[in-house]
Amino acid sequence: MPQADLLAILPIVVLSAWACALLLIEAFLSGRAKAAVPWLAAAGLLAALALVVAVPPPVVSAYGGMVEVDGLGRFLEALFLLAGTLAVPLAVDYTRRQGIARGEYYTLLMFSVAGMMLIAVAADLIVVFLALELLSIPLYVLAAFAWPRPESEESGMKYFLLGAFASAFLVYGTALAYGTAGSTNLRVILASLQAGQADALIVAVAAALWLVGLGFKVAAVPFHMWTPDVYDGAPTSAVAFMAVGAKAAGFAVLLRLLLIGFPMAANTWAPIVGVVAALTMIWGNVAAIAQTNIKRMLAYSSIAHAGYLMVAVAAGSSVDGAAGAVSAALFYLLAYGITTIGAWAVVLALERSDGTGTSLDDYAGLARRRPWMALAMSVFMLSLIGVPPTLGFLGKFFVFGSAISAGLVGLAVIGVLTSLVSAYYYLRVVVYMYMRAGEPEPRAEVWLTAAIAATAAATFFLGLLPQPLLDLAVRAGLSAPIH
Amino acid sequence: MQLTFPLLSTLIFLPLVGILVLLLVPGRRTSLMRWAALLTTLAVLAVSLVVLASFDPENPSLQLVERHLWFAVAGFRVEYFVGVDGLSILLVLLTTLLMGLAILSTWTAVHERVREFMIFFLLLEIGMVGVFLAMDLFLFYVFWEFTLVPMYFLIGMWGGERRMYAAVKFFLYTMAGSILMLLAILWLGLEGGSFNVPDLIARAAIPAGTQFWLFLAFAAAFAIKVPMWPLHSWLPDAHVEAPTAGSVILAGVLLKMGTYGFLRFNIPLFPQASLQLAPWIAALGVIGIVYGAAVSYPQRDVKKLVAYSSVSHLGFVMLGLFALNAEGIQGGLLQMVNHGLSTGALFLIVGMLYERRHTRELDAFGGLWKVMPLYAALTLIVALSSMGLPGLNGFVGEFTILLGSYGSEALGSPWFAGVAVIGIILAAIYILYMFQKMFLGPVTQEANRTLKDLHWREVVTLFPLIVLIFWIGLYPAPFFNLMSASVNRLVETVQVAALAAH
Repeated sequence: MPQADLLAILPIVVLSAWACALLLIEAFLSGRAKAAVPWLAAAGLLAALALVVAVPPPVVSAYGGMVEVDGLGRFLEALFLLAGTLAVPLAVDYTRRQGIARGEYYTLLMFSVAGMMLIAVAADLIVVFLALELLSIPLYVLAAFAWPRPESEESGMKYFLLGAFASAFLVYGTALAYGTAGSTNLRVILASLQAGQADALIVAVAAALWLVGLGFKVAAVPFHMWTPDVYDGAPTSAVAFMAVGAKAAGFAVLLRLLLIGFPMAANTWAPIVGVVAALTMIWGNVAAIAQTNIKRMLAYSSIAHAGYLMVAVAAGSSVDGAAGAVSAALFYLLAYGITTIGAWAVVLALERSDGTGTSLDDYAGLARRRPWMALAMSVFMLSLIGVPPTLGFLGKFFVFGSAISAGLVGLAVIGVLTSLVSAYYYLRVVVYMYMRAGEPEPRAEVWLTAAIAATAAATFFLGLLPQPLLDLAVRAGLSAPIH
Repeated sequence: MQLTFPLLSTLIFLPLVGILVLLLVPGRRTSLMRWAALLTTLAVLAVSLVVLASFDPENPSLQLVERHLWFAVAGFRVEYFVGVDGLSILLVLLTTLLMGLAILSTWTAVHERVREFMIFFLLLEIGMVGVFLAMDLFLFYVFWEFTLVPMYFLIGMWGGERRMYAAVKFFLYTMAGSILMLLAILWLGLEGGSFNVPDLIARAAIPAGTQFWLFLAFAAAFAIKVPMWPLHSWLPDAHVEAPTAGSVILAGVLLKMGTYGFLRFNIPLFPQASLQLAPWIAALGVIGIVYGAAVSYPQRDVKKLVAYSSVSHLGFVMLGLFALNAEGIQGGLLQMVNHGLSTGALFLIVGMLYERRHTRELDAFGGLWKVMPLYAALTLIVALSSMGLPGLNGFVGEFTILLGSYGSEALGSPWFAGVAVIGIILAAIYILYMFQKMFLGPVTQEANRTLKDLHWREVVTLFPLIVLIFWIGLYPAPFFNLMSASVNRLVETVQVAALAAH
């Protein structure tokens, strides 16, 4: 029933349509009125968010099974919209002072969010691929948005090349799966596997190729090399969105693909995911120690957090632990997302218009100059370490809990030990802010400050009162149709 | 007893009121900030005395219990569950008492960023009191880790020259242990479906092999905090660099969180592993006793000397606890309080001198008795208490511990007590040596001639500690009464496990 199909993806449709419209509107707005574009974009994102929350999809499976709008999908859609909405106030003043305030920024942002939302509900490899390109291509452009600054161009180029490379793996994996199962639909592949029609080995190879491609997207070791360079060179406001959105999108696919699509291959891929998780946690955290530039440090930190999320994915391979692991991963994504956007917002506030101001030395003395901003940054750092009572602590608690229930005690031990390593470099930021003298020049822009305050409050208070978020994550994890 | 009024929650969270007031005090009114903090800690002390008044020492169970569901997920539920019993009441009182005295000691010592200092201090109080009252493992862990944060800032922002190094070392060391405990907590919670400590103890369903590993994971967190030899190397750095008030709380309360953890969690949750490992823990305790005392002696920095003496004293506590009999545990618990009083007082005393002379080198002093007689007399009392002179508190604790460990079935050998006695002799040597170098003989340096004797505020700071030093030394019965019922029940738990193992 086409009407029901359309209703199922209504938020995505509304957002895309509004993005197209905004592109035209912006062209016709005169100079001063262009300042309204960011807020029009935010309105569109919020409207889509309202639709996600308020309008339940009439069907779970739409377009002949190409999309599945289940709890998992809805949760992630909301997460992406939230990240997109937060990215607007982060960008408004920043792009202006960097001299890159152009309306396309927000249109690209909205298209990328639309792609992420589509990936959250995609149940067909072709749709996944389509959505992945829809979310990635705007991000490549955003990374290079500060042209003609060479760092930004380099960043965009690197991101594009490696992204295209990763896409190739995905296409190849899709082709193999299609070749043996005769379909790109996840459930059909599953059924033909179970019926013994498809070759399990080829499906396993396809899964491995998808793992490689998605490893690039989520920045898991050993496919992470692009991350520090891209994060370093791209406009910081775009990085804040990228670090959360693109990573969560990659995990959306991983969760759905590996938990639903290829359960037969679980025995082969679970150890591989475990190894990737361990490597990612270890290398991300160890390499972050050596960084003196906060953008690069946060880049490695984002790699490390991909590792913790991978732990949940590995834990999801055990049949009875799957729902719990998905909930844990979703909660972790949310915790990581809120905290990370907040931390990047502080980086934005300290970055100067010539792109400097991102070294750790520039944070010296921040506690005296802007005590509340330093406090907020400390909350983010503690949350990223996983110190209670913050959201980050709860995220790690549930992820390691899922690992322990799945019998992956080794991964949990590596997880906590690398968290200890991470404490060293996150605390260094606090040391600079509170214990060294300096004269930082933080911005006091209203929207940026509001975003910092909101994310810091959320990081702390949702850590104290997590029940509502937990309920959401648990419901999303349970309603995901898992083998 | 008021059952409806959340007395313990008030006790834990009352400092929040003080923090709010501190945030509202205008910028330069530093003395107002000090008063706000002091009055807050005094109010907390008053509440803790109300808790004491409504505490029934005959009852071995948790009292003044408050339980609310915090959050629940598919596998398990986490509760806000606080309660007090004989194992924790004295430590709570010690904390609330030392907090007020520590704030008093900062009156002239802290001038920079007073507001932040006091806020961190009050946050620390929330964490510490919470640790002693939390009866849900998750809640406990939250308070436990939370205490790291304010202490980290206190050392790092108001500490000595190497403060940043010391602060980070403190944080990383302590966290290294607690994350392993976190995994053990997760395992327990997932297995039992709840983090509720009394329930987990009552289930007593953990197989001996698993107990062993869980015991070690918990012990990692607590042994670093105590600190037990050979995990003590963070302690001298943290103590020496911390501001006086920080050292007082660090030695007086934070270290007790470690020994308390063994008492509250390791022994009742993993009784078989405790029995199995008791000789090992006691051996490490005894090594700590002798090592701490031996290393204290050659120290040139008085604060470092006192810091190392803590390693020795806490070795005694561990020896007592893992005697696993009523005498040993009671002695250990009392010795925790004693150490908090004497070492807290010693750090206050060192701080008072440091404020006057800005050095803590032993060689910089000599003949201070002539210049500061009152200071010298009070120091002598505290020093004698620390080395365990009969009639003062240290003796009662150490004697009971030796009694317990001598006859302990779990340890199985009187040699532990035998070697530990060496520690007492060494303590007499290093403490008397320190006292002699500082106070006796002629005044060796000109700068020392003009030192002022104690201000009345400083006397007030030390006075309550001196009173308690004498009180426990001369008439310890009321203190033992508070703990005996709960300790006896704990010992029964261990005995049941011992029988089950045979």
